[in-house]
Amino acid sequence: MNRPAILELRGVDVAHGRTPVLHGVSLTVGRGEIVTLIGANGAGKSTLLMAIFGLPSVSRGEVWFDGQPITRLPTHRVARLGLAQVPEGRRIFPGMTVLENLVMGSMVGEKDEAALARIHALFPLLRERGGQRAGTLSGGEQQMLAIGRALMSRPRLLLLDEPSLGLAPLMIRRIFQALREIVAEGTTLFLVEQNANQALRLADRGYVLANGRIVLEGSGLALLADPEVRRAYLGGH
Amino acid sequence: MTERSVSGGQSVGAVLRESLITGVVALLLFAPLTGVSLSGYTLEGHWQRPVWLAGWVVLGRFAFGWLRARGHLVGRLSGRPKAGSALLASWIEAHRTFLLLALCVVALILPWFIGKYWLNVAILAWIYVLLALGLNIVVGLAGLLDLGFVAFYAVGAYGYALGFKYLDLSFWAALPFGALLAACFGVMLGFPVLRMHGDYLAIVTLGFGEIIRLVLNNWMDFTGGPNGVRVPFPSFFGIEFGRKAQPGHVTVHEYFQVPFSNEYRDIFLYLLLMIVVGGLVFVIRRLRRMPLGRNWEALREDEIACRSLGIQPVTVKLSAFGLGAMTGGVGGVFFAASQGFVNPTSFTFMESAHILAIVILGGMGSTAGVIAAAVILTVLPEALRDFAEYRGLLFGCAMVLMMVWRPRGLMGARRARFDRSGVA
Ligand SMILES: Nc1ncnc2c1ncn2[C@@H]1O[C@H](COP(=O)(O)OP(=O)(O)OP(=O)(O)O)[C@@H](O)[C@H]1O
Ligand SMILES: [Mg+2]
Repeated sequence: MNRPAILELRGVDVAHGRTPVLHGVSLTVGRGEIVTLIGANGAGKSTLLMAIFGLPSVSRGEVWFDGQPITRLPTHRVARLGLAQVPEGRRIFPGMTVLENLVMGSMVGEKDEAALARIHALFPLLRERGGQRAGTLSGGEQQMLAIGRALMSRPRLLLLDEPSLGLAPLMIRRIFQALREIVAEGTTLFLVEQNANQALRLADRGYVLANGRIVLEGSGLALLADPEVRRAYLGGH
Repeated sequence: MTERSVSGGQSVGAVLRESLITGVVALLLFAPLTGVSLSGYTLEGHWQRPVWLAGWVVLGRFAFGWLRARGHLVGRLSGRPKAGSALLASWIEAHRTFLLLALCVVALILPWFIGKYWLNVAILAWIYVLLALGLNIVVGLAGLLDLGFVAFYAVGAYGYALGFKYLDLSFWAALPFGALLAACFGVMLGFPVLRMHGDYLAIVTLGFGEIIRLVLNNWMDFTGGPNGVRVPFPSFFGIEFGRKAQPGHVTVHEYFQVPFSNEYRDIFLYLLLMIVVGGLVFVIRRLRRMPLGRNWEALREDEIACRSLGIQPVTVKLSAFGLGAMTGGVGGVFFAASQGFVNPTSFTFMESAHILAIVILGGMGSTAGVIAAAVILTVLPEALRDFAEYRGLLFGCAMVLMMVWRPRGLMGARRARFDRSGVA
């Protein structure tokens, strides 16, 4: 935690309409780190990621990105600062081609050839399927596309919501391998996962969210060894 | 892949033989049916009628068989014949440029020969093409269901009519004026409904359309209410189309030394409309390849994803509303110019529904489909005047059948794609 923070949440409350979901959540993500957030279904993980983008907006507390408050910024302005998100459910554009989806990711809509080449190197499949309608890709392929699209804006911080959801082990390994490469190229990762085992192995640090509160934090390996975490999230004994 | 080898393909000789056999059968069938008619108590022979009919059958059968033999009408990958309408679409696809040119030439020649009545129908068809293309931007491309599109049509038409009455605007000044006015109304409507989707948006726009009509109807002092407003006919660089020119101007028939006919005015409007539609088609094609056009489509598919990708939905939606409304406004100016008179009864909800039907029938998002549907849905009802009582029924049946057979519209939505060269 000695690195300068790129993302910081300070005592954040978030509600869906009248239903409070997050209560006083504080966390930091250091530059170049991989930080993961684990928690049970309905704990509020997806809500937390979306709230950073102002959907829904934060009702109390502050969100800082790269030394600047973004708590009240409209979503599209946040996105232009250098944060990108692979949202829950991927949210690709099913009627558009793979290539069009990728181009939609590159901010002002210009076709950023260099970013495109980098993503094609990361996921060669996206090059082969460039003309295919994105809705006809398999689940794992759509996940690659969602990650690729988020990377098109060359973000400094990438937020991922359950990239391993519904994927076969081999595909999960490929996605996580790709995430390692992304980090090696200098992007910071904030990763929400159900697949706690994989996520904690990859991450430098982790947080545990339960009922909208952070209940535990520590290095990835420490959390992996924690008996509480093992019992609740790893199905161990 | 050789075309002949595709299953279902035949040699030209076989096609010819088949056509002749069909012809003989048709002759046998048609001869008793159409060859004789009862006149008083005697039978009259009309030998030429069955021959004509059989001739058409032979031609049609031959054309069909020949195209099939050439492989155009056969599924290329599977070798399985496609459904008839899909065959047509793929054939059109294969001869795009040629067809387009041929259609343009026909459209250019047409107005000189079809007579006053059909000329007016054709002008109306062009106006509907314009309106449908405008609505297609809003509904087909941006995915915002607008049931009150007629409002912008009315704004354009009244923009010209009242602009002339109070500001003495000419047709040429009214064109940009009506377009801008309608665009302003589009943005005005766009702002409050930005947060709405689907059903809610549909209802609010429907209400907006009715409000505009009611205002036009009830604001007697300004709009003349149900009595309407007279609209002058356009002139062309100071050349007028009337029988007598205003002082200091000349009329067309004087200028070209031809006898007077008010068809010239309609032909002029027709050709002008053609140019405007051509320009619009060009602009839409360009836009769809540009970021704005892509943002429309992306917004239609997933607004939340768009926002988290840094797209500002407000500008994207408003631009769709504004551009669509502007096109509607131009359509309105032309409508007013062609009628010489406007009143609120031309701008009822039925009109909105008609334009929407054109867009849906043509295939949302498909420019060619929408143009074809606009022409068909304007010309066909005129051609079916004799069945006036059944027109609504026929129309409804056609709509239902279309939705069953080609749920995605005449052409389906063909979307602009990126050039893959340099990537693949
Ligand atoms: N749009 C919404 N309106 C109302 N309540 C919502 C909405 N979205 C989420 N919630 C509620 O907020 C709580 C947290 O949901 P969230 O999606 O953040 O959970 P999660 O931790 O991501 O769960 P999972 O692991 O299943 O994805 C849940 O109780 C959910 O019912
Ligand atoms: Mg979730």
